[in-house]
Amino acid sequence: MSQAKIPKPDELINIEYRPPPTGWMDTQVNFRPGTWSYSGAAKNLTYLDLPNPRVWQPTDEDWKLPENWQEIILAGMKERLEKYRSFRLFMDICVRCGACADKCHFYIGSGDPKNMPVVRAELLRSVYRRYFTQSGKRLGWLVGARDLTVDVLKEWFYYFYQCTECRRCSVYCPYGIDQAEITMIGRELLNLVGCNINWVVEPVANCFRTGNHLGIQPGGIKDMLEFIADDIFDRTGVRIEVPINKKGADILFVTPSADYFADPGTYTCMGYMMLFHEIGLNYTFSTYASEGGNFGLFTSHEMIKRLNAKIYAEAKRLGVKWILGGECGHMWRVIHQYMDTMNGPAEYLSEPVSPITGTRFANARSTRMVHITEFTADLIRQGKLKLDPRRNDHIRLTFHDSCNPARAMGLFEEPRYIINNVCNHFYEMAEDTIREKTLCCGAGAGLGNDENMEMRMRGGMPRAMAVRDVVKKHAVNRLGCICAIDRATLTSLMDYWVPGIKVMGVHELLANALIMKGEKERTTDIRGESLIK
Amino acid sequence: MLMKNLGISIVAVVILIALPALASVQGYNFFLTVFPYAAFAVFLGGFIYRMVKWWIIPVPFRITTTCGQQKSLPWIKQSPLENPAGFWGVAGRMALEIFLFRSLFRNTSVEISGKRPVYGSAKWLWFFGLVFHWSLLIIVLRHLRFFIEPVAPWIAGLSALDGFFEIGIPALYLSDFAVLAGLSVLFLRRVIIPRVRYISLPVDYFALLLILGIVVTGLLMRHFFSTDLLAVKSIVLGWITLSPVVPAGIGIFFYIHLFLVFTLMVWFPFSKLMHLGGVFLSPTRILANNNRRERHINPWNAPVKVHTYAEYEDEFRDKMKAVGLPVDKE
Repeated sequence: MSQAKIPKPDELINIEYRPPPTGWMDTQVNFRPGTWSYSGAAKNLTYLDLPNPRVWQPTDEDWKLPENWQEIILAGMKERLEKYRSFRLFMDICVRCGACADKCHFYIGSGDPKNMPVVRAELLRSVYRRYFTQSGKRLGWLVGARDLTVDVLKEWFYYFYQCTECRRCSVYCPYGIDQAEITMIGRELLNLVGCNINWVVEPVANCFRTGNHLGIQPGGIKDMLEFIADDIFDRTGVRIEVPINKKGADILFVTPSADYFADPGTYTCMGYMMLFHEIGLNYTFSTYASEGGNFGLFTSHEMIKRLNAKIYAEAKRLGVKWILGGECGHMWRVIHQYMDTMNGPAEYLSEPVSPITGTRFANARSTRMVHITEFTADLIRQGKLKLDPRRNDHIRLTFHDSCNPARAMGLFEEPRYIINNVCNHFYEMAEDTIREKTLCCGAGAGLGNDENMEMRMRGGMPRAMAVRDVVKKHAVNRLGCICAIDRATLTSLMDYWVPGIKVMGVHELLANALIMKGEKERTTDIRGESLIK
Repeated sequence: MLMKNLGISIVAVVILIALPALASVQGYNFFLTVFPYAAFAVFLGGFIYRMVKWWIIPVPFRITTTCGQQKSLPWIKQSPLENPAGFWGVAGRMALEIFLFRSLFRNTSVEISGKRPVYGSAKWLWFFGLVFHWSLLIIVLRHLRFFIEPVAPWIAGLSALDGFFEIGIPALYLSDFAVLAGLSVLFLRRVIIPRVRYISLPVDYFALLLILGIVVTGLLMRHFFSTDLLAVKSIVLGWITLSPVVPAGIGIFFYIHLFLVFTLMVWFPFSKLMHLGGVFLSPTRILANNNRRERHINPWNAPVKVHTYAEYEDEFRDKMKAVGLPVDKE
């Protein structure tokens, strides 16, 4: 645990939006405890063949950079300027209108002007202009160009690891400039000289080796899933099978490891397993592809591909027809926007068709991976599930759109359709805070660690306050979401800002309502909490 | 910071105004014969160069920003313009962006009030941004009357419509009024709003002041220091027919106006003003969100080092067998 003290909510909310008297180029970064993440451990970098493994911390004066670090960074920039139109264009066309400025939850929660997406991008743009544009080379600060110094690099580290890549700014930008893209490239550049954070690079190393972020080995996964099956028996009286690494299954099911590792994710996992049992789905978990999430997304494009490759490889090895994916945010950014391009085409799979309803998922006909809420919404629509929404009457729910399914997919109605069919008390948060305008949990993109807690509470504040509003207005007591990172981080966020609000996945809600063949009379929900009679 | 950034921009624009004002007769000759071609060549060449340069850079991933419901199951209503699934949806989305500044229309403001953030509507940036850009376009189109003889009916019609209210003689154009209003608001917000002041670079003020200089000199010529329009037209037609003429007695404001326009043309391709072209190439907006339906190709997609199942099983085989998990190799 970190030693940093977090201010009380009442103090933390005193946020000033007045910029400091010194310009951003002249304001040095201050690594204040509670607002940054520990450096990546050498053993993890070594395992992944990443450059410059060493012992260091961001608060050190000397970051032990390679001697030619500037050369490395500038060469890395040049390469990426030639490989990504997004990067070059977003370096060139910003007019600094400021529409993005107050859309970032980290700016709203901290008032630090360098958390305005426009300035976060300028941190990198200023260096781009200085070394890659004629005007920057000749006119310097007049056109916003500056030298690449160690201080600039430290500033990059601090602020690129204070961005959750949620893409809210890009919704409001008149040119669609996406800070997530700039942060991703910025982090890639930092990685070239060995500057990354352990909360990203350790899960990546774990995932590369064991197949999941948490480093759970095959026996552990089997234990956990069987333990969950025992819990299901306990609550429902129904004994279910746990198929793992099963060749000849129709469907490979991939979900974030957090779903079977710890509460409250496990309740969501119970929901998946109960559902699959009830409809008689011939599916399998995999221990090799035991992670839906992909912290490669927070490292580099290359690392996304290295980790993601396992999903298709395992689907091919097991001989399944198609892949079904659990509730996770950034996982779905990778599946939807990167997987097919990076590791496809998956010709050995077939176009996804629901074996229960016969529905063709034409929207997934190339990638051949279906989102669980698309799958379940179809089951409900076709009348294949028996549901008793009254078993959720003790829950007054609001729903948090996770950033990636919202702004990288547009998955809005599918979860809501399920919710409306399994729950009688559902209340939306304010319009400016949901759907494509959804606010962030404040701890995605690898920032959900303890040492960064103050920044997490600041970044999550806008979301928490929107929850608090519906708590006051509608006596909401539960926050639903379709993201494993959310289930972990929103829990801490609620404890801090809106105590008493618990977080749940949509398939936990489904699990409560799902009437199973041969079940005993349910007196509790799947958490073991009493139902309203 | 404001003083420095704004000050230097003002100085730059004043110098640009002073140069033609202080120029000699030889200067004017040069100015009307060589400059127009040079400026036009730099503008056109630079613009094309920048566009081609962006265009040829690969778009390795389809990173659409989705702002509405995806196209998935047939009974779920999709938002075709906010989350397009194909060409026509993208065309519609881009038309909304280009003609109506759709994304900017979403703009909100935030303040902490009663210990919580409160979001308000902030459409004025959208409104004045739109007013500025549209009126500038209309003004540029109106100027085509100097380039075409006889004046095309649509240009005459546009001018007549623009001067519809017939206030003053010659009639005040609505677009002139609108562009001044737009420019003033865009400029004042950079000076007044602390946050926007903080992000403004010297070039941001310079761009607005330069265009303001062009507009003001244009208005002065039209309404206060009448200029011989026939002479102006003969100059412009001279350029087009590659036989530049230098008539005498055209007021100083014409030269200042023209010099600022040339400056803008030369500077344009190397500045942020290239957002005019860049917006048409922005990957988050111009790509359809049909990622799982149609495979997107990355031209530089290269193999990477992966951890294969065989390697994984080699490490964990004994443990897998111990708990009864199937293995590929015994």
